[in-house]
Amino acid sequence: MNKTENQKAWFFVLPVLLLVAFNALVPLMTVVNYSVQETFGDNTFFWAGVLWFEEVMNSERFHAALGRQLFFTFTILAIEIPLGVAIALTMPRKGIWVSVCLVLMALPLLIPWNVVGAMWNIFALPDIGLLGRTLNAIGFDYNYTRQPGDAWFTLILMDVWHWTSLVVLLSYAGLVSIPDAYYQAAKIDGAKPFAIFRYIQLPKMKRVLTIAILLRFMDSFNIYTEPSVLTGGGPGNSTTLLSIDLVKIALGQFDLGPAAAMSLIYFLIILLMSWVFYTLMMRNEAK
Amino acid sequence: MPRETPELYPRFGARADKCEFPMALELINVSKRVGADQHIYPTDLTLEPGCLNILLGTTLSGKTTLMQMMAGLDPLTTGSLRFNGQDVTKTPVQKRNVSMVYQQFINYPNFTVFENIASPLRVARVPETDIKRRVGEMAELMKLSAMLDRRPSELSGGQQQRTAMARALVKDAELVLLDEPLANLDFKLREELRDELPRLFADRNCVVVYATTEPVEALLFAGNTATLHEGCVTQFGPTSDVYRWPQDLITAQVFSEPPMNQAEVIKSGGSLSLAGGASWTATGTAATLGDGRYTMGLRPHHVTPKEGGGQPVKVSGEVLVTELSGSESVIHFKLGGRAWVSQSHGIHPVEVGGHEELYADVAEAFYFDQTGQRITG
Repeated sequence: MNKTENQKAWFFVLPVLLLVAFNALVPLMTVVNYSVQETFGDNTFFWAGVLWFEEVMNSERFHAALGRQLFFTFTILAIEIPLGVAIALTMPRKGIWVSVCLVLMALPLLIPWNVVGAMWNIFALPDIGLLGRTLNAIGFDYNYTRQPGDAWFTLILMDVWHWTSLVVLLSYAGLVSIPDAYYQAAKIDGAKPFAIFRYIQLPKMKRVLTIAILLRFMDSFNIYTEPSVLTGGGPGNSTTLLSIDLVKIALGQFDLGPAAAMSLIYFLIILLMSWVFYTLMMRNEAK
Repeated sequence: MPRETPELYPRFGARADKCEFPMALELINVSKRVGADQHIYPTDLTLEPGCLNILLGTTLSGKTTLMQMMAGLDPLTTGSLRFNGQDVTKTPVQKRNVSMVYQQFINYPNFTVFENIASPLRVARVPETDIKRRVGEMAELMKLSAMLDRRPSELSGGQQQRTAMARALVKDAELVLLDEPLANLDFKLREELRDELPRLFADRNCVVVYATTEPVEALLFAGNTATLHEGCVTQFGPTSDVYRWPQDLITAQVFSEPPMNQAEVIKSGGSLSLAGGASWTATGTAATLGDGRYTMGLRPHHVTPKEGGGQPVKVSGEVLVTELSGSESVIHFKLGGRAWVSQSHGIHPVEVGGHEELYADVAEAFYFDQTGQRITG
């Protein structure tokens, strides 16, 4: 084959390269820079090697935050994915109710994240909030600002309320793309509803569900705004997730070195886990 | 010409006499209405085993709806269905021993080919050893033996559709419905499966219904054909009868590809004349027509650039498009304000935009009255 060599093609890549450099590579390199240096103010820096990485990896505080983060992420995944699929299955496929359902489902996704946090903060207040007041009125000793268990309950409920819609919409898109003929064929075979779900709908939804799980995993692992507005990591440190802890170290204590090292570790954990998820879920596809 | 010549077109495999009850699917006054839309007008049909029953019609003519009603997937608005003399109108589909193949390749996505073919047998709780044997035989017949361990997504389109067909055939259904099964395949595979299909059903005792948009397929499979147009079955009978002697203009149009040529003709005395000018002596059926206006229908292969046929009449018009299809020439031209098509063997160089003289063999023409009914004389 004869291909014409044309170096001008690089010019087409240049704008994207510049854009990515400025919004991703340069900030990332700054973080890398901080993570291997020590400063005593005065804008003077000293080489610190892997000191900060060792410190973070050995810190009890980091382990605890990571543990809380993993608990949070897996809990919401375990609730949101099955719930989202279940809701999508009950939604109508045809008729005027389709758009009504879709709009209702999309509503929580349209609300700015800090507003969601603020909404739930007030909604769950034990003295004036609708949820908090009601729970107390029916006999529960509920106070999310004082009791860690209640704080977790509120946090998870808020995330489920906010993000299950995304799983619903993705699953629904997967469901409506299944041709009617599949259902007819199943009917001719005399398949029961569960068999239809297990052998037709679920395999056909596999790709969108993979995307849904990945998106929800990454988003929930990165989550900052809502829990920081709702509980601010409290009471005590009980709901201090990784991102909240990171902000406390970086901006509260202004420990730039450890914060930078922690950022990189945090980033690598997400990258690694996303890759593992994706490989596991796509394993059969490639076979 | 008389239509009643069934002995000329024997329906192969006369198995009915072996059975105590003749096996057949009868549609009695069946219709379908959704809201204000009449999807299927009241229809009577008797479909028998032993040959393919073809539903021929364009997209949206109601083929799929009619098939789904036959299967019991779609309830009837009026009428009833009888199978082997028994009323099955209200019988749910899973109790009817029906199988269906669709235009899309429908298989269980995460089952292997073996499990896909075996699935109807598993539902019927057939013993494992029988399943192995029957799936093996079916895979042999469908040329799938080498792919039994693969999943549908790892197969070509033709193999996927063969898997779907194997699934439909393995359970010995009494009614097999094929809804444009070859439409999504590429040309070569379609040709291949077309050849295989009649063979697959040759020694099976089941009623087979095959829906298609292509007149060529109907002619190839022979059997019986029902032409469908906008929810109406316009004619039903042995395929070659329907092709040779369409009852009306619509049937003739549905069963013609490229479309049948039409022209206004005027009968006066012993001669016929085209609105465009040419006139000729009326013979055969045409001779029995009373004076007046008629619509003449002439299939494209009876219009040729070279003089030939029983009664060639010279016509001329402006050439709009010419195409070559294999060893055939297709010439589209304008005649008396209508688009006509000529289809002939060999390559005939004609100039687009030029004025061309062609010969219409009016001995092969159909004549239709003002209501579209063919005049049989």
